[in-house]
Amino acid sequence: MGKAEKIALQKTTLLSSIEIAKHVFVLSFSRTEDFRPGQMVALALNPNEPFRLYSIASGNTQNEYRILFNIQTEGFLTPKLAELKAGQTVYISKPFGSFYGTLENDWWIAAGTGIAPFISMLESGMGKNKTLIHGGRSKESFYFADRIRALLDGNYIQCSSVLKQEGIYPDRLTTYLENLEYLPTDKNYYICGSSQLIVDVRDILINRGVAYNKIIAEIYF
Amino acid sequence: MEKENLFGKTLTELQAIVADLNLPKFVAKQISDWMYKKRVSSLDEMRNISKQAKELLAEKHKVSFTSFSNVQESMDGTKKYLFPVKPMQFIEAAYIPENDRATLCVSSQVGCKMGCLFCMTGKQGFQGNLTSGEILNQIFSLPEFDKLTNIVYMGMGEPFDNLDEVLKSIEILTADYGLGWSSKRITVSTIGIIPGIRKFLNQSNAHLAVSLHNPFEAERKQLMPIENVYHLPKVLDEIRSFDFNNQRRVSFEYIMFNGVNDQTRHINELARILNGIKCRINLIRFHPIPGTPLETSSNETILAFQAGLKKKGIVTTIRASRGEDIFAACGLLSTKELVKQQKNEEY
Ligand SMILES: Cc1cc2nc3c(=O)[nH]c(=O)nc-3n(C[C@H](O)[C@H](O)[C@H](O)COP(=O)(O)OP(=O)(O)OC[C@H]3O[C@@H](n4cnc5c(N)ncnc54)[C@H](O)[C@@H]3O)c2cc1C
Repeated sequence: MGKAEKIALQKTTLLSSIEIAKHVFVLSFSRTEDFRPGQMVALALNPNEPFRLYSIASGNTQNEYRILFNIQTEGFLTPKLAELKAGQTVYISKPFGSFYGTLENDWWIAAGTGIAPFISMLESGMGKNKTLIHGGRSKESFYFADRIRALLDGNYIQCSSVLKQEGIYPDRLTTYLENLEYLPTDKNYYICGSSQLIVDVRDILINRGVAYNKIIAEIYF
Repeated sequence: MEKENLFGKTLTELQAIVADLNLPKFVAKQISDWMYKKRVSSLDEMRNISKQAKELLAEKHKVSFTSFSNVQESMDGTKKYLFPVKPMQFIEAAYIPENDRATLCVSSQVGCKMGCLFCMTGKQGFQGNLTSGEILNQIFSLPEFDKLTNIVYMGMGEPFDNLDEVLKSIEILTADYGLGWSSKRITVSTIGIIPGIRKFLNQSNAHLAVSLHNPFEAERKQLMPIENVYHLPKVLDEIRSFDFNNQRRVSFEYIMFNGVNDQTRHINELARILNGIKCRINLIRFHPIPGTPLETSSNETILAFQAGLKKKGIVTTIRASRGEDIFAACGLLSTKELVKQQKNEEY
């Protein structure tokens, strides 16, 4: 019996690190492999340490991988990732995972950095007829809002329970979904974010008549 | 500052603590003997440790167990214990007596991050990892401790999302300095976190159970989001690459959902993907949870499914339903509400 294929990490160089919002960074690395939008990479600073997983947040025609992350206080990797400077070494896996984007009229629902795979899908030309609902706390937590507006051919809804600002739904995205007058039951729903977001949104969708097999979730556990 | 509990520390950790305090190395062994063999629940009771050493230890450490705050007993003798962990956080342990066995199903996390569609724990979200001491406390504080024959890590949480603490707890259960149990009395269940499987198989000898629930990728990911990350065939490759001897078992858990995963094509696919793995499949009746779109398969379907798998040469058992009358109890939902009130959501 052959040895199971491990998630092998390869040495690469950080091309850039940009703090796009407080404690939120976009890192880019040179790209070596093809990938499907929605896939992720494993990252570590040392090949012998446990890795962490990050959705790719760039398009499959761009020649770098980008990831979006926020610092977790007392987290193992993110405080160190935030300190990285261009030119430093990181260890990265080949892209993997199967939270694949489609060309259908899907609904995309994300909170916080859970927007990352949808950015990859948008940057890869999958933005037609999509509905994207993004929950965030501050104005700057609607990461890539300008890119989204430029690439999305559909509805872009931002929800925030703390921000009171025109154009932003003034409550949580779960409340938005609960109160939405019409929620189509024939569409596929892609949800990405924390487990709490996934279970809350999934409960609401099912409650509103969406079949469970139309709901695909990526959990940032 | 809260004192750190020594209960749940491995011998190596205790040795580091006593070394820090400049106490003789043998004190660590004395502490582990008192905690794990004699099961005392305070430093004061450790009679062969000098008063001076105990005072030094007590400055920053304590030894204590937490008793259960609630228990519910089923008509069939199954008992569900509720243990407080932190304010407003609870975990459950289920005691399941049967003939000559008595199994305790322990939790490894408060809540769970894996979000499986059919799981009640997933609905409460994730509140935290248990320490090895909090895992072991469910065992040591159990009134039926002396009757226990088996431990299964199948309660709240994904054990491989908190693997280091789970491994420490297994070490204490099995080591000579701990309870000295055979690791064959312990089974750890995972939804298939590959790095965790590899580490667990290399660092312990306990049995492995994998929640499978559907052999088809597209269907499994509707039930279990982990399938997007750690694809079942890769999980099985990992298991295949490990040398299971006669002593160590791998089993697959399979909850039966009406019309979802209980058809002949599922039997055929299970036989295909499990080919070459010496294993057992446990079929489990689904206990519906509030708001679930899933239903349990009928008894006839479950029996036919078992027969179909057996025909393919796969050892297949149907897990007896236990404690059904107390299944929905123990305040999971109230925990969720309390937790929600405290939380600062990002959406
Ligand atoms: C499929 C997938 C895709 C992902 N994609 C992204 C992404 O695109 N962007 C992104 O930002 N994240 C993503 N994540 C999450 C990411 O993998 C990391 O988990 C995250 O960045 C935190 O890593 P860390 O090492 O800093 O924190 P960790 O060390 O993993 O800790 C996480 C949190 O748990 C707390 N913690 C640590 N240890 C304990 C303990 N013993 N008990 C209780 N709490 C503890 C820490 O304080 C911290 O807040 C993804 C996860 C998955 C599974």
